[in-house]
Amino acid sequence: MSAVATTPRFKDNVHDALTDARLQGALVHARNFTHRRADAADRLPEFEALRDSARAIKDHTLAHLDLYLEAYERKVRESGGQVHFAQDADEALRIIIDLCKSLGARSVTKGKSMISEEIGLNEALERAGIEAVETDLGEYIIQLRGETPSHIIAPAIHVTKQDIERDFRKAHRELPPNRDLSQPEQLLGEARGVLRAKFLAADVGVTGANFLVAETGTSIIVTNQGDGDLTQILPRAHIVIASLEKIVPTLEDAAQLLRVLARSATGQDAAVYTTFSTGPRRPDDPDGPSDHHVVLLDNGRSSMLGGEFEDMLRCIRCGACMNHCPVYQAIGGHAYGWVYPGPMGAVLTPSLIGVAEGGQLPNASTLCGRCESVCPVRIPLPKMMRHWREREFERRLSPAPLRYGLGFWGFFAKRPTLYRLTTDLAARAMHLAGRSKGRFSWAPLAGGWTKYRDLAAPERSTFQSQWRAKSGAVK
Amino acid sequence: MSAREAIFANIRRSLGVTGAEAPRRFEVETRLAKAPAGVVPLRGQGDVETRVATFKAEAERAQASVADVASLSGVPAEVARFLRDNNCPATLRMGSDERLAAMPWSETSLEVLCGPSDGHDLNAVSAAFAGIAETGTLALVSGAENPTTLNFLPDNHIVALRRDDIVADYESAFGRLRTAYGKGGAPRTLNLITGPSRSGDIEQTLLLGAHGPRRLHIIVVAG
Repeated sequence: MSAVATTPRFKDNVHDALTDARLQGALVHARNFTHRRADAADRLPEFEALRDSARAIKDHTLAHLDLYLEAYERKVRESGGQVHFAQDADEALRIIIDLCKSLGARSVTKGKSMISEEIGLNEALERAGIEAVETDLGEYIIQLRGETPSHIIAPAIHVTKQDIERDFRKAHRELPPNRDLSQPEQLLGEARGVLRAKFLAADVGVTGANFLVAETGTSIIVTNQGDGDLTQILPRAHIVIASLEKIVPTLEDAAQLLRVLARSATGQDAAVYTTFSTGPRRPDDPDGPSDHHVVLLDNGRSSMLGGEFEDMLRCIRCGACMNHCPVYQAIGGHAYGWVYPGPMGAVLTPSLIGVAEGGQLPNASTLCGRCESVCPVRIPLPKMMRHWREREFERRLSPAPLRYGLGFWGFFAKRPTLYRLTTDLAARAMHLAGRSKGRFSWAPLAGGWTKYRDLAAPERSTFQSQWRAKSGAVK
Repeated sequence: MSAREAIFANIRRSLGVTGAEAPRRFEVETRLAKAPAGVVPLRGQGDVETRVATFKAEAERAQASVADVASLSGVPAEVARFLRDNNCPATLRMGSDERLAAMPWSETSLEVLCGPSDGHDLNAVSAAFAGIAETGTLALVSGAENPTTLNFLPDNHIVALRRDDIVADYESAFGRLRTAYGKGGAPRTLNLITGPSRSGDIEQTLLLGAHGPRRLHIIVVAG
C-alpha cells in the first residue's frame, strides 16, 4: 500500500498552510537554498555543459532502460547480491518484509530514502512487528512526530528548533529531564547518541539509491550525515530499495550526474559521503553486510516511458525545483498531500497516483519557469504541468467554477468583435470605478484575490485597443 | 508472468522495442565497455603541485583540516600532534594496511588497536586509495587493510594520503579503481569523502558531526 494521499484536499491544505504562522516562520529557512545553488553553479564554469551532459545520459539510459537493467542485474548477481523486481508498492513491501523475516530481523535502520516513503515502508514494517528507525536526522524528527517529509532533501524543514526540543523530550524519556536542549548542537548530539545505539543494534539496514551503475552492479548513495553508511555497514544485511529509473550506464556517467546533484541540492561541490556499494562483504572483509539485496520498484514508471511525461524520469531528486518555487515557498511541502512536493511533485504525483487524485497539483503553479531554469537535468516542468491541466480539463475533473468560467470566457474569445467590445467596456468601467485609489480592495467574484492583496485598476483602455492605436500611429 | 517479466514487457511496450534489436544492444555494450568520459572540469587538472594545492584548498573548504609530512614515517607524530592539540585521548584504531603497519607508531605514546570498529573508538587512521583534487575528496576502499567502519564510527578520522595518489578528477580515480579491481569490478565499498559529517536539518543551521566523524584530518605524505 502506497503512502496515503491528502492531495484531493489540496485547496484546504493550502488554506491551512497559509494561515499557519508557525509553518510560515519555519519556511523562511527554505529560502537559503537558492543563493547557495547559484554560488556553486557560478564557481564551476562547466556547470551548464554538465547539465546538458546529465540530461543526455538520462535520456540515453531511459531509451535503453531494458538493456541497462539486464546488465545491472547481471553484475549484482556476479558480485553475490540478489535483485528483486516489484511492480508496485505492495510487491516491494512484501519482498522487504519477507527478507526481514527470513533474516530473523527485529530492528531495521533506514537511511534517507524517498522511495521508502512512496511505498510506506515504516508503517508496513511496524505492522509486521519489526521496529523501523529512520536515521537521517530530519527523517528521524518527522518519524517522532508521525509526519511525512515536507521536502525531498530537507524533510523536517517545516519544523522549528523548539518543536524538536519538545519531540526529543517526549521520545527520549530515559535521558535526564532537566538536560539543556536549547541549542541546535545539543539536539544533534542527543540524536547522534540515541541513533548510534540503534545503528549498532539493527539486524537489517535499508537504504535508497541515488544511482545504480550498470557497468559494475553498484548502488550509490549520497548523504551528508553518514546515515546511509552506518545503515548499510553495521547490520547483517543491506537492502537497497530503488526505482527503475535510477540506472546509469557507467561510473563516468555517475560522475557527470554527481557533479550537478550536490550543487543543485545544497550548493555543495560534493556531498560529504558518496558511497559506492557492490554486493555483500568479500571473504577477507572484516566489516560490511553479509547479505545484499536490491529491490527494483516500477510503481507506474515503465508506463511513463515513451509518453509525454517520460522527461520526468530524468529527475535526480535534488529539490532545486521546490527550492526555487514561489508556490512551495508559500505553502511548504505537506500541502501537496503526498510524498513528492513542489514542481517535481506536481508533475510526478498525478503520474503515480492518478490524475483524479493528484490532478489539482499542476494548477498550483504560476508557470514562472524558475523550476525548469534550475533543473540539473532540464526537465520541462511547466510544460508538463500544462499537459496535466489539459488532461484534467478534458476529463472534466477540474472544479465546476473553473470549467464554467473557461466556458464563459471561451464564448467571447471565439467572437473577437464581441470580445473587444465587452473588454473595452469593462476596462473603462473599472478604470472609472478605481480611479480614485488606482486599485480595488474588493471586487465582485474576486474575493479570493482581494482577501490577500489589492487588485490593480486597469488603464483606461485595453491592451488591444492601445496596440491598434499605436500601430496606426506608426504607419 | 513474474514481476520481472511483467516489468520488462511493459518497458519494452512503452519504448516500442523488443530488446532483441542488434543496434540497441551494440550501443549499450559499447558504452559499458568504453565508459566514455563526459564533461570534466578544469579545476582539478594540472601537474602534481597544482593538483595537491587544489586538493588542499577544496578539502579545507569542506571543513577538513590538512597537514603535510615529508614521508610515511612522519605520519605517527602528526597523528599524535593532531590528537593532542584537539584534546583527544591518545588511542587509535587502524586496519592491517601495510603502509600504516610499517610506520613507527612505537615512537609515539599512542595506544594502537587493530581491526574494524565496534563503535567505541574515538580515533581512527586510514590510508586513502586516492585523493580527488577537483573537490578535495578522499577515496577509500573497503577491506581488512582499511575497514569501512573506521571511516564512520570514530569521532576523529585521520587519513594518510600519498601526494602521488592525488588525481585530478573522479574519472582518474575510477581509472585507478579499474586497474586495481579489473574492468567492471569494484570493492564492496568505495567511500568518496569530502569533509566531516554534517547536518543542516535543524533550521538549516550547519552543524558538523552528525552520524559520522566530527573531524576529518588529512595528512598529505610527500615521500
